[in-house]
Amino acid sequence: MISREDVAHVARLARLALEPDELERMRAQLDGILAYIDQLRAVDVAGVEPTSHAVPLVNVMREDAVVAPFPQEAMLANAPDRVGELFRVPRIIED
Amino acid sequence: MSAPAQAGWEVVIGLEVHAQLRTRSKMFCGCPTAFGAAPNSQTCPVCQGMPGTLPVINRTAIEYAVRTALALDCRVNAGCRFARKHYYYPDMPKNFQISQYEEPLAEEGLLEIDIDGAARPIGIQRLHLEEDVGKLLHEGTLATAQASLVDFNRSGVPLMETVSKPDLRSPEEAAAYLRAFRAVLVYLGVCDGNMEEGSLRCDANVSLRPRGSAGLGTKVEIKNLNSFRNVQRALEYEVQRQAQALEAGERIVQETRLWDADRDVTRPMRSKEYAHDYRYFPEPDLVPLQIDRAWVDAIRRDLPELPRARRRRFVAQHGLPPYDAGVLTQSRALADYFEAAVRAFPQPKLVSNWIMSELLRALPGDDERAIAGAPVTPERLAGLLGLVQDGTISGRIAKDVFERMLRTGQDAPTIVAREGLTQVADEAALAAVVDRVLAQNPRAVADYRGGKTAAAKALVGQVMKATGGKANPGIVNRLLEEKLSRI
Ligand SMILES: [Zn+2]
Repeated sequence: MISREDVAHVARLARLALEPDELERMRAQLDGILAYIDQLRAVDVAGVEPTSHAVPLVNVMREDAVVAPFPQEAMLANAPDRVGELFRVPRIIED
Repeated sequence: MSAPAQAGWEVVIGLEVHAQLRTRSKMFCGCPTAFGAAPNSQTCPVCQGMPGTLPVINRTAIEYAVRTALALDCRVNAGCRFARKHYYYPDMPKNFQISQYEEPLAEEGLLEIDIDGAARPIGIQRLHLEEDVGKLLHEGTLATAQASLVDFNRSGVPLMETVSKPDLRSPEEAAAYLRAFRAVLVYLGVCDGNMEEGSLRCDANVSLRPRGSAGLGTKVEIKNLNSFRNVQRALEYEVQRQAQALEAGERIVQETRLWDADRDVTRPMRSKEYAHDYRYFPEPDLVPLQIDRAWVDAIRRDLPELPRARRRRFVAQHGLPPYDAGVLTQSRALADYFEAAVRAFPQPKLVSNWIMSELLRALPGDDERAIAGAPVTPERLAGLLGLVQDGTISGRIAKDVFERMLRTGQDAPTIVAREGLTQVADEAALAAVVDRVLAQNPRAVADYRGGKTAAAKALVGQVMKATGGKANPGIVNRLLEEKLSRI
């Protein structure tokens, strides 16, 4: 069973502020998901290559060719805040 | 630099180097990668991380990474995969960076560095590809900033991370490793190596252990080492700091510190409690890569001669001292310059002397663009040396001519003709000057006749002065000797 602490940790990583009742609801739902994963674990996968993809496709690449970027104004248009040509975000204290 | 406090400790350093690859377009979209464009003018929904966009891998970025991996004797993995590395920071609006984790492109290589004239192999642990992130600027000063400003032009530029094994044993070795690594990248043409523009960035892991012990001490990560000088200074500071703490019986805290180049100290970054919980998982928007062996072999066949091999060849083939060979091979452009000049003027040591004293006085030898675009081309340097060899100008005048060539971009014959710098080799003209100098300097003449042969030197100097340095010194010497012996 997943603990409330684990859920709080994951919520913190995802920048989610959960109220105690929300946290408990999430905990119960995550428990259900993990139980389902346990059910999958029961399947015998000996000799099956692990995969991250459902489609049998590899090596999808493009040539190194420049495509015209989007207009600067278009890319800045949805910014909640900006200074001239730059996005403006809450101050970063780290460095 | 072995200060007393570190005497009982062995230094253990590993470097992580991030290199921007010189592709035309970004890693996962077609936006251009050119440095210095107006902020946010080279972006699109993909590299600004908007929902619903799909990345597509740049084939040339893979090729450049394979090329580097082969040059470092790494094993190129048959299969590799991209992964999402999650963190929240405004330089990366989609809240994850596409990187590689469990299945990197290449592993297990080595880079040889020279320490006190001996070669030392430094292990390479892994080499992988990822996307660069946006650039943050602060509004006002750090202390007073109310906001940060973001430019996403750099976001999505292909970034190759190469992690060394903890094989470096001093700050000097770390700087030597970074220099050697940079030279390899520049020779391969995969990165421009420009640290000022951020094309090459370095983080270090440092720990100390009691001498003779095989275990590893607690390591500290240092970020922000963005020049060779900073790498060495920051590591020297950090080694001292850790040695003093250990000597005082303190424990080293595993943490990330920033090098503050203005204050010459490393200081802890404000604790990022969850910083290393990146929750990697395979990038669902990209299918895996299975790198074709034939492609790898073709890339291997096309590898250029690397710096160490070229340096050895310069010693063996051109008969240069190892020091000269080391200086001349610091960049591919400089080594190419030297060889082109030697083809046109086959006296390697003389050419080397001119490059090391005159060319490198004016231009930084590790700056590919500056050397490749030098106003004095190798052919023009050869032309200048030809004028000295055939006696048209003196060696001293040639240095002035070289400066003018650098300034004006003109060739040596043009400058020599226009400025009237041709060496006076006309015996009759010089004989007249010598006679005049002898007449004006009876004292020196008397000294010479009294046995002070050094007086002849002063007389040569007077003749050179009277001719504005243009007299052929060989002829002046001979004329003076003849005339003095006849007086
Ligand atoms: Zn883009």
